[in-house]
Amino acid sequence: METRELICIGCPLGCPLTVRIDGENVEVSGNTCKRGDDYARKEVLSPTRIVTSSVHVKNGELEMVSVKTKEDIPKGKIFEIMEEIRKTTVNAPVAIGDVVIENCAGTGIPVIATKNVAAV
Amino acid sequence: MAKHDIVIIGGGPAGLAAAVAARKAGIQDILILERDGCLGGILNQCIHNGFGLHTFKEELTGPEYAARYIEMAEAEKIPYKLNTMVIDINKDKEVTVINKEDGLTTIQAKAIILAMGCRERPRGALNIPGYRPAGIYSAGTAQRLMNIEGFSVGREVVILGSGDIGLIMARRMTLEGAKVKVVAELMPYSGGLKRNIVQCLDDYGIPLKLSHTVVNIEGKERVTGITIAQVGPDRKPIPGTEEHYSCDTLLLSVGLIPENELSRSIGIDMSRITSGPEVNDQLETSAEGVFACGNVLHVHDLVDYVSEEATLAGTNAAEYVKSGEEKGNTHVVELKAENGVRYTVPQTLDINNMQEKVTVRFRVADVYKDRYISVYYDGVQISKKKKKVLAPGEMEQVILKKDSFGEYPDLKNIVICTEVE
Repeated sequence: METRELICIGCPLGCPLTVRIDGENVEVSGNTCKRGDDYARKEVLSPTRIVTSSVHVKNGELEMVSVKTKEDIPKGKIFEIMEEIRKTTVNAPVAIGDVVIENCAGTGIPVIATKNVAAV
Repeated sequence: MAKHDIVIIGGGPAGLAAAVAARKAGIQDILILERDGCLGGILNQCIHNGFGLHTFKEELTGPEYAARYIEMAEAEKIPYKLNTMVIDINKDKEVTVINKEDGLTTIQAKAIILAMGCRERPRGALNIPGYRPAGIYSAGTAQRLMNIEGFSVGREVVILGSGDIGLIMARRMTLEGAKVKVVAELMPYSGGLKRNIVQCLDDYGIPLKLSHTVVNIEGKERVTGITIAQVGPDRKPIPGTEEHYSCDTLLLSVGLIPENELSRSIGIDMSRITSGPEVNDQLETSAEGVFACGNVLHVHDLVDYVSEEATLAGTNAAEYVKSGEEKGNTHVVELKAENGVRYTVPQTLDINNMQEKVTVRFRVADVYKDRYISVYYDGVQISKKKKKVLAPGEMEQVILKKDSFGEYPDLKNIVICTEVE
């Protein structure tokens, strides 16, 4: 049995949530709506995040192009993903949606460009 | 002298949305003036996601949100000038502009839309003792250096102020391998969004110290350490509570100030609370034909509201150009912000000529729990809405409908306030 304290991010209310985890059994208290319950379950069972960063561009009109993971990735993978992003450079031109890294850190999810950078 | 129907000062989210709206309202001759080398404004450096949930019903990064509006402006073939600085605007709507291609020129506008955005409050405004070493940045400057110019900003970081940019930068620097030691916030609450506190600080175990401020900066060439201390209710440091952190970087996220030097040169009436122009329900300033929208008018929490407001300013500027100043029979009523409501935008409402609905935006003065937001017409309560939590970091709004004024032909004032019960 494990207990975790969370703050709900569903709305400005920011309810303080208490989650009791007993194996598969999850009990949420402190929430004032269904969203708080959903949020707490996801946060303790399989928390995910979008990771955003920027990578260097060669021969581009800008030095950097911003990037993001195309979908949510497991929270525990954030630093592995950053490691790969930091090692990456791309060649201009780059367009929004272009794949910058395929299957980033073994998540099966690509990192894509979020900005257009023309070549010089 | 070059002449244009509508000149828009600033090519960020406000300027772009205003331009697209003005074109859709039928104005062909529009010019956007942008001092940076590209359109999109500050969104270009806001590479995190969370933009556009209201406007596009999806979660975009800043550059993606900007690109949507840049594409709309380009599809409408709206002309713009980059690397172009407006240095003066006068009462006759003559805009003095400087750039490398044209040198110093003057443009005569029929209508002007002010969309210059805001600037960060600098160290000089805070009176922090200590030398002036390298390593002290406003959070937005650090954001630009990292995300656009590709520099590494620092390795060990203390952040003063828990505004959203500071929180976002705490996460950004952590992801880039820096150690963010603490975020100190002068107020007993954070000015940032809940989501950012959880996902930028809690996720990475970065402590947030409320009611704390920086009392000393050490280092002569480069920052070597920071001392923070707890503050009392008077916001003055409490002796004996000092804590020292060794670090090479101090980021400041201590507030945004609308950038209104040009508005002042026109001589328009300014609000002392928003630091932006006072506007009527058309978002027109006290200078006829000069409109304002976005962060130059008041600092927004979400860009989605900037786009919405700017769309209104663009549409109204287009109407002004088409129909001139004739407004017919006006009945202007002042909007008063009272009891915990700090200000309203707009500040006045012409109940004869208003649109069917007018959105009034405002911020509250403190964190309140279980309060009503109430609207009074000449002392009569018209509406009240219960809010479980109100916080200064989040913009609030009420919508006033034209048909609600039918029973008040002699209306003198509208009050928007918070109430306990």
